[in-house]
Amino acid sequence: MTHRWLPRTYLTLVYILLYVPIVVLVVFSFNESRTGYAWEGLSLRWYEALFNNRAMVAAMWNSIWLALSAATVSTVIGALTALALHRYRFRGKKLLNGMLFVVMMSPEIVLAISLLALFLLVGLQLGYVSLLLAHVTFCLPFVVITVMARLSGFDDSLPEAARDLGASDFTMTRTVLIPVIMPALLAGWLLGFTLSLDDVVVSTFVSGPSYEILPLRIYSMVRVGLKPEVNALGTLLLVFSLVMLMLSQWILIRSKR
Amino acid sequence: MKQTLLSLQGISKVFADKTVLDGLDLDIYDGEFITLLGPSGCGKTTLLRLMAGFEQADAGRILLGDNDISHAPPEHRPLNTVFQHYALFPHMTVFDNVAYGLKMEKRPKHEIRERVEDALAMVQLGDYARRKPHQLSGGQQQRVAIARAVVKRPRLLLLDEPLSALDYKLRRTMQVELKRLQRELGITFVFVTHDQEEALSMSDRVVVLKDGVVQQLGTPREIYERPANLFTARFVGETNLFPGRLKQITESAITVDVFGVHRTLRRPDFSVADGQSVHVLLRPEDIRVLEPNADHGLSGKVVERNYKGSTLDSVIHLDDGTEVLASEFFDEDDPAFDYRLGEPVKVSWVDGWEWLLPEEAGQAVPDGERTADA
Repeated sequence: MTHRWLPRTYLTLVYILLYVPIVVLVVFSFNESRTGYAWEGLSLRWYEALFNNRAMVAAMWNSIWLALSAATVSTVIGALTALALHRYRFRGKKLLNGMLFVVMMSPEIVLAISLLALFLLVGLQLGYVSLLLAHVTFCLPFVVITVMARLSGFDDSLPEAARDLGASDFTMTRTVLIPVIMPALLAGWLLGFTLSLDDVVVSTFVSGPSYEILPLRIYSMVRVGLKPEVNALGTLLLVFSLVMLMLSQWILIRSKR
Repeated sequence: MKQTLLSLQGISKVFADKTVLDGLDLDIYDGEFITLLGPSGCGKTTLLRLMAGFEQADAGRILLGDNDISHAPPEHRPLNTVFQHYALFPHMTVFDNVAYGLKMEKRPKHEIRERVEDALAMVQLGDYARRKPHQLSGGQQQRVAIARAVVKRPRLLLLDEPLSALDYKLRRTMQVELKRLQRELGITFVFVTHDQEEALSMSDRVVVLKDGVVQQLGTPREIYERPANLFTARFVGETNLFPGRLKQITESAITVDVFGVHRTLRRPDFSVADGQSVHVLLRPEDIRVLEPNADHGLSGKVVERNYKGSTLDSVIHLDDGTEVLASEFFDEDDPAFDYRLGEPVKVSWVDGWEWLLPEEAGQAVPDGERTADA
């Protein structure tokens, strides 16, 4: 008997631990109460308060714009890097490959400090550009690895077939290569978008007063005291992340067929 | 006189210090079905890729008619390839796959439609134009790949083991189909395979390759009946090789001592000397199994009998242990035909059906050699 209920209890506890805070957050975002410690009835007032908070809405648009641009830039650079790593043999190929993993595995704080040091060294003003460069840096390895995974299952005779039928290298890339790796490009882009959107550590270091982004705004809000507004925002972000996650899964599953 | 369409001159190719092709010369005639045959690693696929332009030769020239195309990129060569694993574009429909080459030529829309439909009808896939490649069977994908390659009306069609991924029965059907297409289109086919049966049954000429060097170039019949060397003899078909020693040599005939039995045979083309060692090559179907009290032949006993439908294949051990493969057609009227296992018999062959090969350097005639390359 023991061996059967023990794992179940353990698993239940793990899931409770994981999901109760999220459920609490969602439930309390609809709470009438000002303090957020007791239930006082259903209300949308915190959502209203959220959208009336100008600084918050501005930070949200900043974050979305940053995530869009960081995801797009890293997808372009990442796809080209993956293609180069897949197609060509060159000196330092292994080194380049390894460096991608270093960026991915190294603690974020290390990346944050080194990026800040770099930006100060070259005299770059902290703001949108520094944030973009930093976000592209940590999104890049994820895009490269996603695209490389797709390319490893790619039939290398496809480009040859296109060339054989009269396509130049450029036309072949446009009509065969990119359409075939498109699902990986989309998946990589979505990954980059979400990574950029919820990054706190690196952003704290490399952002300036001119460009406030959502995670940092929330962070500074919470420090002064927890407002139920944050619950509403958290709920919205949760829904948004779930939609993005399902979208990327749907694209990947559809492309496997 | 046959017209040379593609001429390969002194082609060499080295990959990472491994010589894949070594000064190879080959002329391909207009309108022929020529097969590059050899074991894996013999350079046949590399040769095909050089013709297509996917690889560049380290030395030598490739001429198409009078044009030197040695350095032309694949898209500028008027020849097309059918790939081993079809290489159909997975994101396009069958129609768009076949139309791809014509779109690259910027043909008018109505012409593309017409030619694609014709090409698909030719491979009996007219109703499948709207499907995606993954919705087709292997054989159908293969036919799309062929349609896609021939729709451009190339001077030359290169086929890289196109049937190797198909099952046996489908392969036979596609062999017939390919032959029919080649006749109807009048396109020169260069076909790569490691399957000697396929090579023999489909080709006008066969090039036998080993280690990047042409071993023999000839009609299927020449390759099978008069192999130029031991490699070809063993690679193409099943072979019995008997060690022989030359005894008497006259103007037109020689006497060979095979296991103590003397046979007088036609004098071969190569130079002969008294006492020289030779290989006497006999195909299993050249062998006759006789009763043990026959007045000629080598004595031995039956160790294996395999019923193959149209033929009965036997393995016979001669008294000294040499294994002999024999393949006989049924003759129900012959009472002596049905030998049992272990029964003593005599082995002989029809005069003139043997083929002699000189002993090759480093290849002493081994006693009791069985060479059955399936």
